[in-house]
Amino acid sequence: MSRRVSPGRIGKKPVNFSFDGRSFQGYAGDTLASALLANDQMLLGRSFKYHRPRGLITLGSEEPNALVTIGSGARQTPNTRATTQELYEGLSASSQNRYPSLKFDLLSVNDRLSRFLTAGFYYKTFMWPRSFWESVYEPLIRRAAGLGKLSEVEDADQYDKGFLHCDCLVIGGGIAGLEAALEAAHQGKAVILCDENPRLGGMELFDSAPIDSVEGLIKELQSLSNVRLMSRTTVQGAFDHGVYSALTQNTDHLAQPHKAAPRQTLWRIYSSEAVLASGAHERMIAFDNNDRPGVMLSSALRGYLNYFGVLAGDTCAVFGCHDDARKTVVDLHAAGAKVIWIDTRSAHEPVDGVQCFTDARVVDTRGRHRLKGIEIEQGGERFWLPCDALGVAGGWNPRVQLTCHQGGRPRWSNDVGGFISGTDLPPGMRVVGAAAGEYLRGNWSPVWDVSKRGSAFVDPQNDVTVKDIKLAHQEGFISVEHLKRYTTLGMATDQGKNANTLGIGVLSQHTGNAIESVGTTLFRPPYTPVAIGALAGRARGKAFKPTRLTPSHEFATRQGASFVTVGNWLRAAYFPQAGETHWRESVDREALAVRNAVGVCDVTTLGKIDVQGRDAAQFLNLVYANGFLKLPVGKTRYGLMLREDGIVFDDGTAARLSENHFVVTTTTANAVPVYRHMEFVHQCLAPNLDVHLISTTESWAQFAVAGPRSRELLQRIVDLEISNEAFGFMACAETRLLDGTPARLFRISFSGELAYELAVPARFGNSLMQTLLEVGADLGATPYGTEALGVLRIEKGHAAGNELDGRTTAVNLGLGQMVAQTKDSIGRVLANRDLLANSTLRLVGFRSDQQILTGSWLIPPGRSSEQDNTLGWVSSACYSPNLGCYIAIGFISDADQYLGAQLRAVSLLDKVDVGVSVVSPHFIDPEGERLRV
Amino acid sequence: MDYSIFRVVKEALRNHKGWGPAWRNPQPKPSYDILIVGGGGHGLATAFYLASRYGLRNIGVLEKGWLGGGNVGRNTTIVRSNYMLPGNEPFYELSMKLWEGLEQELNYNAMVSQRGVLNLCHSDAQRDAFRRRGNAMLLQGADAELLNADGVRELYPYLNFDDARFPILGGLLQRRGGTVRHDAVAWGYARAADRLGVDLIQNCEVLDFRIENGVVSGVETSRGFIGATKVGVAVAGSSSRLMSKVGIDLPIESHVLQAFVSEGLKPLIPGVITFGAGHFYISQSDKGGLVFGGDIDGYNSYASRGNLPVVEDVCEGAMGLMPMLGRARLLRSWGGIMDMSMDGSPFIDRTAIPGLFFNGGWCYGGFKATPASGLCFAHLLATGSSHEVAAQMRLDRFVRGAMIDEKGQGAQPNLH
Amino acid sequence: MLINHPLLGLRDAQEFVYKGDASLLQRPQYDSDNALDAFTNYAYLRSNPAGLHQELWYHEQGDRSWLVVTRNTLTHEIVNVELASEVDA
Repeated sequence: MSRRVSPGRIGKKPVNFSFDGRSFQGYAGDTLASALLANDQMLLGRSFKYHRPRGLITLGSEEPNALVTIGSGARQTPNTRATTQELYEGLSASSQNRYPSLKFDLLSVNDRLSRFLTAGFYYKTFMWPRSFWESVYEPLIRRAAGLGKLSEVEDADQYDKGFLHCDCLVIGGGIAGLEAALEAAHQGKAVILCDENPRLGGMELFDSAPIDSVEGLIKELQSLSNVRLMSRTTVQGAFDHGVYSALTQNTDHLAQPHKAAPRQTLWRIYSSEAVLASGAHERMIAFDNNDRPGVMLSSALRGYLNYFGVLAGDTCAVFGCHDDARKTVVDLHAAGAKVIWIDTRSAHEPVDGVQCFTDARVVDTRGRHRLKGIEIEQGGERFWLPCDALGVAGGWNPRVQLTCHQGGRPRWSNDVGGFISGTDLPPGMRVVGAAAGEYLRGNWSPVWDVSKRGSAFVDPQNDVTVKDIKLAHQEGFISVEHLKRYTTLGMATDQGKNANTLGIGVLSQHTGNAIESVGTTLFRPPYTPVAIGALAGRARGKAFKPTRLTPSHEFATRQGASFVTVGNWLRAAYFPQAGETHWRESVDREALAVRNAVGVCDVTTLGKIDVQGRDAAQFLNLVYANGFLKLPVGKTRYGLMLREDGIVFDDGTAARLSENHFVVTTTTANAVPVYRHMEFVHQCLAPNLDVHLISTTESWAQFAVAGPRSRELLQRIVDLEISNEAFGFMACAETRLLDGTPARLFRISFSGELAYELAVPARFGNSLMQTLLEVGADLGATPYGTEALGVLRIEKGHAAGNELDGRTTAVNLGLGQMVAQTKDSIGRVLANRDLLANSTLRLVGFRSDQQILTGSWLIPPGRSSEQDNTLGWVSSACYSPNLGCYIAIGFISDADQYLGAQLRAVSLLDKVDVGVSVVSPHFIDPEGERLRV
Repeated sequence: MDYSIFRVVKEALRNHKGWGPAWRNPQPKPSYDILIVGGGGHGLATAFYLASRYGLRNIGVLEKGWLGGGNVGRNTTIVRSNYMLPGNEPFYELSMKLWEGLEQELNYNAMVSQRGVLNLCHSDAQRDAFRRRGNAMLLQGADAELLNADGVRELYPYLNFDDARFPILGGLLQRRGGTVRHDAVAWGYARAADRLGVDLIQNCEVLDFRIENGVVSGVETSRGFIGATKVGVAVAGSSSRLMSKVGIDLPIESHVLQAFVSEGLKPLIPGVITFGAGHFYISQSDKGGLVFGGDIDGYNSYASRGNLPVVEDVCEGAMGLMPMLGRARLLRSWGGIMDMSMDGSPFIDRTAIPGLFFNGGWCYGGFKATPASGLCFAHLLATGSSHEVAAQMRLDRFVRGAMIDEKGQGAQPNLH
Repeated sequence: MLINHPLLGLRDAQEFVYKGDASLLQRPQYDSDNALDAFTNYAYLRSNPAGLHQELWYHEQGDRSWLVVTRNTLTHEIVNVELASEVDA
């Protein structure tokens, strides 16, 4: 049957949809809730704990009961409030939290057991036997709990983010918000007005009176260029300094959204001024079985009639304690319903032709899947009357949520009969209209609990009853916060909108304490639940973070390189050649090529910082632990940088290109932190030094050209005499390539071979890489990636990220003597702390004919595998193609004592226990002769 | 009154009339042997262990608001002992063992649920670090497994393996890790301590300490002076504020950490997962809510609320790791104030004032530490010397260079 | 949050990196008699007030200025912003 009695304010354009597989028809402009109600579908869901049958209670976003799943697969959206889901052609919805069907739900047995399942019962049982919690009890509880289901398939939709600025943000498009927007607009302010509903107008739309004045306001606002009206847009949070988050639902109401249309947009709105005109929502009264499908708020009953043209029942009862009930009675009566009016007050203006009980209350209801009757108590007598819909007018809760987002505490107002905002509003915010209690003040008293047995639902979704509240109180959970946590009152998906105030009222009634002393209700963002996808925006999949490509990326791709992610960089790990089937073959070949001929590696990712100024040397002398004042022009020096706490921060090189010009390199990982630190040292510690810093990491492509034939190769392309005499070890120069390309050349080595780093402006990087390999083809020039780079540096015993783990000192690295004791430098003083300076932990090398796993711990032979027996750990390991064995570096205590000894490298995780010999970490050319040839 | 299934049934049959208060609401005595300042998880646990393990009786706990209202009531409920350093790991492993017998010891179901904590790794360097840490865990008596990508896929097939910016290479799994119903921990300790005669005094704010002849003699409170031979402070989040009353500066900054919960969903995520390439971790409560979070906001704050950039950052992590979460809705957010210490590790120590003891600096690891923190603080208060597993958690460790820096970030609290 | 950069006006705090208490501007003398204590206090004991706090923020995604921001840690209200290089240490 149809319960549609008029087109309401939405018209009569038919729209087809389905619910739990059954086809229905509604009208364009319906919500799923109104369309189902029009089709006489009162049963829409099951409650969380007792699986009681539930229908809708409200008209809007505060709906606790009518939660459904929309769609399926990659667009399956659980827990959608039917009251806010706009109807579209083909919409497919299903009920949730029931098995096997909505009408017959096996877990409704919980309702029968409800006397055992009171608040907090689970804290008192399920403790024995101990192992049963994870294996028996908890799985049962978890399966029974939860509401809707995610599909476990990647969300098919896109989300966007946007930024907006205005002078005045108006939150809520009811009459108060529209008027506030107009006033601000007339003052010349840039105004944004947001409203969560598809149509502006607020509660006026749901009343029977004409809405000409609202429409007039909307028209005028639409005509103003300094006003932006945003419907379907919910302001979700009020953050510090006038930053608001708002969510626009772009496509959730469309049958076939454009493929590229973002489903939702998260706005960050900057506004120094905000007007909260969010209105109010009605609240329930606690009477026994106040949760049956068909029991709803009086304003909802009225709104479904006036706006959607749906009369929810043939016989409608209205139970109220203030004047608003009368409005519903009048409208229902006018629509032709049989109306019963129950009012707790002793006198009020009657409505002709309506049966009215004064000084009366509804105390109980009946009807399993749909309300069938109500029990009324009047003058000490109780009697049942049949009805199939009941609207409850328990008073109004101003929507003060956003006033709490910066710690504001709502205060109780007897006038309003609800909590209104306190004085501690977010700066720049004011509250108007019903949100401020306007229109709500009157001479009446709220009615909280009129139940006989306490089986009255205060939080309908979480099934928290009056009985639970009383029990919690009896057990000493007296503060409102305890009550919430012990009973889960207010923790449902309506975020306490329905439950909090009523719960406080019930507690106040039963303790005899004034509401003010019972507590208040606080709210945190978001105002309504927000899709996680919307908060993430476009940052997902490959776009989760930016991808930084090296200058020679195109070349490496063409070579078929395998890439590795290093921070946000993508670097070539190795360059497999035809016939190579295992990565080790490629890496061994590349590493051997460097030792025996020449290799080229893109090292652009190393941080580069240009340091210029008269005091540049003095500045670096402060930043680095070792000295820089005497570094000659044209020379490069290894630099060790400490944190102020004396721990090694980073290492790199500083090249003095001219008297007042240095180029500093950092490790890849620390490029940003080192630059930040250097700016800190300059601006905060040494602002008087004449020095300027700029990061040039992205500006220069830089290549390591390493190996005994590197000089021969480079001499073919740089316009500079680079013989050992003219351009010795650690030399640097600004120069040009033979083709005129500006370049910088540094004779530095990470591999331990004769080596250079050559830098050119980044845009020439890719072609330089190609040129080097073409020009050096006869010399055996080979591109090498980060894997071979790692092998080479381990062979040479150079520390890298794994060694510089934020806990190691210069002493640990064997570089203690580098920390100059004759000058000030960052970290120098605290590096001398007792336990740091006297640590015996040292970087050493390990050799084995079996693979050594990084992250193994070193234990002497014959000792058991426990922490107290460990000497240290393996920080980096590889196979050395040059030595023909497995090698590693790592740290051990009392290193001097163990040099030459046999230890075990143990990884209990991998059940690997490998014998290793402890050696110097400098496996290759410990004297450094190859560097200087 | 013992809690049990029989008792629940019996009470149900007589309308629950027999349940008494979970704890008394006593008036403060004029003085106590030991006063614990702070009725959160750590303070309540300390009181419980003082009474149960050290046989002390004349103990009071002072709470400025309501029991369990601090960080024990606003965390993401994770328990684990996956630390590396010898200054930390034995302590957290002791805590894990105490969790494993907690409910029976307290006669309170705190829903200790060992469904595993999985840290994902996305680079070789991260895997190396995990192997080093996982081995350290095993060497120190905890459990750990190093999974490869297939192993992770078996547990959580819906993570982003195929289109990820930072592919999942594997993970470090601690199967004994999991979650515990946080509020129940506070209530369980409170009830158990109360049953042993500990006075739990709510709405009693400590305003100052009384020091006589250089020795602590009690505290000035909003309900008057209360004498004590020893005072133990366990007020993480307010540590600096309270200790400054007696001129003690702490190596601690106060920061806000936000956390989030989604609408209830049917079971989806059995254990705890942490993303190694973004700031995001997640688990699912027994009620069905996804409980997740990320980094601290990063600036000093005593306001229990955060800002939008972190909310977005955390959700980006969520979608980066689990793109199936797009249509799940974030329901609630909250913020708590963390004692962020200078090396990311806590303090359980005496202070320069005889009789005054300090417990704090828990960063965002305080919840999992609750049992061991209580036990070790009780040990210190009862015996005057540090418990062996907390021996390195000293306030003077920075002077000596004995930092316990798991993350290797140095004296930069917001990076720990 | 928004930070009123002395050179650039209001900027979203998201563009900045936070370091901490502005006492870090007062680095002790490395060669003083009590240098070890002074540096230990400098590095590890920072002012952590509930109320107005002077603190260092770095405009990393901006002009790379280090700023001294005076902010209330209870309300997050910012009452003053200066360039660190112009603050007398």
